[in-house]
Parts: sequence; C-alpha cells; structure tokens
Amino acid sequence: MNRLRSLEFILGAGLSGGMALAVLLSDWMFAGGADAMDLAMRLTLPFQSLAHPLGTDPLGRDVLARVILGGQVSLTVGLLSVAGAAVAGTFAGLIAGYYRGPWDLVLMRWADVQLALPFILVAITFAAILGTDMWKLIAFMAISQWVQYARVVRSATIVLREREFVLSAHAVGVRNHAIIWRHILPNAIAPVLVLMTLNVANNILLESSLTFLGLGIDPLIPSWGGMLSDGRTYLQTAWWVSFFPGLAIMLTVLGLNLLGDWLRDAVDPTTRSQR
Amino acid sequence: MGRFLLGRLALAVFVVFVVTLLVAWAVRLSGDPSVMLAEGSGAITAKDLENIRAALGLNRPFSEQYAGFLVGMLTGDMGNSFMGGRAVSGMVRQALPLTLMLAALSLAASLLVSIPLGIRAAVHRGGAADQAIRILSLFGLSFPNFWLAIMLVLVFSITLGWLPPAGADGPSSLVMPVLTMATILSATNVRLVRTSMLETLSAQYIMVARSKGLTETVVLYKHALRNCAIPLITYIGLQFGGLIGGVVVIERVFNWPGMGSLAFDAVASRDYPVLQAVVTVLATMIVLVNLAIDVLYGFVDPRVRAE
Repeated sequence: MNRLRSLEFILGAGLSGGMALAVLLSDWMFAGGADAMDLAMRLTLPFQSLAHPLGTDPLGRDVLARVILGGQVSLTVGLLSVAGAAVAGTFAGLIAGYYRGPWDLVLMRWADVQLALPFILVAITFAAILGTDMWKLIAFMAISQWVQYARVVRSATIVLREREFVLSAHAVGVRNHAIIWRHILPNAIAPVLVLMTLNVANNILLESSLTFLGLGIDPLIPSWGGMLSDGRTYLQTAWWVSFFPGLAIMLTVLGLNLLGDWLRDAVDPTTRSQR
Repeated sequence: MGRFLLGRLALAVFVVFVVTLLVAWAVRLSGDPSVMLAEGSGAITAKDLENIRAALGLNRPFSEQYAGFLVGMLTGDMGNSFMGGRAVSGMVRQALPLTLMLAALSLAASLLVSIPLGIRAAVHRGGAADQAIRILSLFGLSFPNFWLAIMLVLVFSITLGWLPPAGADGPSSLVMPVLTMATILSATNVRLVRTSMLETLSAQYIMVARSKGLTETVVLYKHALRNCAIPLITYIGLQFGGLIGGVVVIERVFNWPGMGSLAFDAVASRDYPVLQAVVTVLATMIVLVNLAIDVLYGFVDPRVRAE
C-alpha cells in the first residue's frame, strides 16, 4: 500500500511537474512561436519527421510547439484562478470562523447560494460579457470558487479557536491578528492545499471546455481548448491535430489528480484508514 | 423539522431568484440584439434601431423588464424569441425532454457499469481489482468530455462509418453522446458505490446474512446494495447539476437539439428571452433536486436537521 502511495506521488509530480517545466521553457524551446508555418511540410503525420515529432496541421504549423505553447494559457488560468480563490476564501474563512457574529452568518448563507448555482450555466450566461479576455475569465473563476475555501477554513478555524494552544496564546496577551496568522492559519492550511491541487485540475478542464465552445480564450491565442475546436474541422484529414492537445490536458489533469489524492491521504489519516 | 424544511425552502427560492436576476442582468450587458437583427438589411438609421428596441420591449427600465419576465415565468408565458418570434415555451417544451432523455440514459448506463465494478472493488478492497478500478476512475476524472466525444467521432463515424457524427435521427444518434457522458459519470459513480458499499459491508447484518449461508450474490446485491441505496441516491442526486452541465456541453459537440444547444444559440444571437428561460428552467430543476435530497436526508438522519 505504501509503495503504491509513493508511486502515486512520483507519477503525479512527474506528470504535472514535467508539463509545467515544458510550458515554462516553451518560449525558449520554440523560439519560432506557435504560428511559424512550414508550408512544405503541411499535414505531416506524427512520428515521421524529427523537425515535427507530433506532425503539422493543414497550415504547416508544428503540433508539438502549439501544444506546449498552448499550455501557457491553461496553466496560467488554472493556477491564477485557484490562487485568487484560495487567498480570498482563506482570508474570509479565517475572519468568519474566528470572530463569528453576523458577518459569519451572511458569509455562510452566501456560500450556500453560490454553491447551489450551476457553474456551467452561469459561465454560458456571462461568456458574452466576459468576451475572450484571459484575465476576466480568471477573475470569474476565482469569484465563483472562493466560497469553497471559505467553508473549509471556517470550519477548521471554529475548532482551532477553542484549542488549548490558542487559548493560552490569548492568555499571554497575543493579539487576535497574530493568533490568526501564526497559530490558526498554519493548522488550517492542509485541506486548502488539497482543494487547491484538485481545483487547478478542475479549472484546466473548465477553461478548455469553455474555450472549445468558443466562450473562453481568444481563438487566435494557442490554447488546448482552442486547438481542439480548430482541429475538429479537419478531423477527417488530420486526427493528430485534435488528439495531442486533448492528451496534454489529460496528462496534466491526471498528474494533478494523482498529486491531490496523495496529498489528501498525507494530510488526513482518517481517509487512509477508510481505504 | 418544520424550521429545517422552511429554511431549505427559503434557500431554494432565494437561489432561483439570484440566478434569474444574474441572467437577466448579465444578458443585457452582453450586447444589443437590435443591432444583430438589423444586420444585413441595408442602411439602418438610429431611428430604425430605436423602433426595433421598442418592439422588443427593451426601452423599458430594467426593473420593469425583469418583473415582466418573473411574472411570465410564473404563469408559464416565457415570451417570444427575438429571432423568428417563436413562443419560447414551445421551444423549451421541445428541447427539455431531449436533454433529460440524454441525462437519464447516461446516468442509467453509468450505473449499470459502476454498481458491479464498485461492489467488486469494495469486496476485494486493496486487491488488484480494486487498484485497477481506482486507476481507471482517476483516468476517467482527467478526461475533458468533449475530447472523448471527438475521439469517438473519429473512430465510429469517420473511420468505421457506423454512427452519425452529429444530429438527432433515431437511436443511433444517441449512442455516442450517451457513451461519452456515461464514461465520465462512471469515474465518479464507481468511487461513490465503493465508498458506500465499504460502510455497509462492515455492518453486522451482513455478517448475519453470510452466516445464514446465503450466497455471496444475494448478500451483496440484495442485502448490502439495498442498504446503501440511500447514501448512493444522495450522492448521485447532488451531482445532478454537474450532470446537466456536462450534457449541455456534449449537446453542443454532437449538435443534439436540447437545452444546451438552445442556450448556445441564444448567447450567440443575444436572444434574451430564450437564454433567460433555458437557464431559469435548468437552474430551478437543479435546485429542486437538491432540495428534495436535503429534505429526504433530513427525514432519514436527524443530525442533518440539527445542523
């Protein structure tokens, strides 16, 4: 069992880390950019040419370069939307759980409402206003997800504020904000990290779905969802143009899910015993 | 119990209210349908645009338009589409059954696979079958559903030519959308079945049933499965929103003329009444399912009420 757990970690970290590294280095690796055309090599099959290992599309653009460069959008959206939601949600959860009172009540009722809103329907509705701007999409995702973190942190904070070490910090005169920052936050952060890992995976899927449907990122910027929607039009002649971006999404998301699963077991022994 | 019920009901009503307000507000920020309607009809003056807007009722204040929409929804009159003037209620009546059929068939197909697999994983917990099912389910959770859809089209329509790639002509059009949705759903459902079965299997009546000499199949499928039905239905019901969201996306890929296709067309043409109606109807259904589950669970488990 333990060996399987570490395998899960190695595979998860390897897949998501490898993809992140490739994407980080992509501007340097593919200096020609995603739109460089090699007209003589149009519609090259994958694994046939060293210059174009994953083949080329009908315009002669390199599929590998486009997939790796396209990862920039997906990873940026996934990471920043989660970071924004986690910071805002953790802050709100700490304040609400520590001070309680009417704000806590308002926050929790609002969380109930937001969690009951069907995401994809709201996204479709807002898509036309949001346009194809990446930053607006990131903000939209963060706003629709911050309550998840607020809930988790709030319930942890409510338990922690009654614990002896917090009470004794109080007794020796530590200020409230110092207690929250130094004593409560470090003890409440583990479930947040798990939620973040799984949500990066989830948001990469959401971004690519929206972009694929034409409701996300500008189709002229290479992105996994955009490439898939492009590639669909010439599925009959060049299947590899839509196959590889999807594979890239799957491997990245799989890596993050493995990592999230591993992390959940590592920080929470109770789920381990249930297996 | 009375207070609990009232609280849940109030929340449900409030959520539907927030959704309708959000949609009505957002759709009006997204662009002016009169410009789109006027497109391609030659020289258009500002006066013409003003007339179109007046005809669509868009020159009234927002509060008035929204109130009109709410009253209309309550009386079943959803107005007329801006594009072509068809009654929106008729369009919804045509599209909704198609969406629900797709959702129901996908869920049924997924349960047909996930129940036996989940039970097997729970019985042989930690064994090879359990690990294999776990890894398969992780793969399933990592697929973008539209990619799976495209790859199915590549294999079954383009390469083999067995199934139509899109549209809605007869049962053959349903195969690929249902297969796509069922695969994605099974990834979650198999985990849910496994978890609830694990809890049930440790109960004493299971030991009693086994010691009576009942066959393993009877113990698992009659005694255990029945007893974990309630948590299972709850979990699955809570995913109803996700199920509808998935169907909406898949409809677009396969050009299935359901609520999702209606919504996407309405967004593209700024057809306010249609988009408002589609989102309101679907959101209300999702909220009602969640409400039903909350109430059902409150009856069964008093701890939920106390919360």
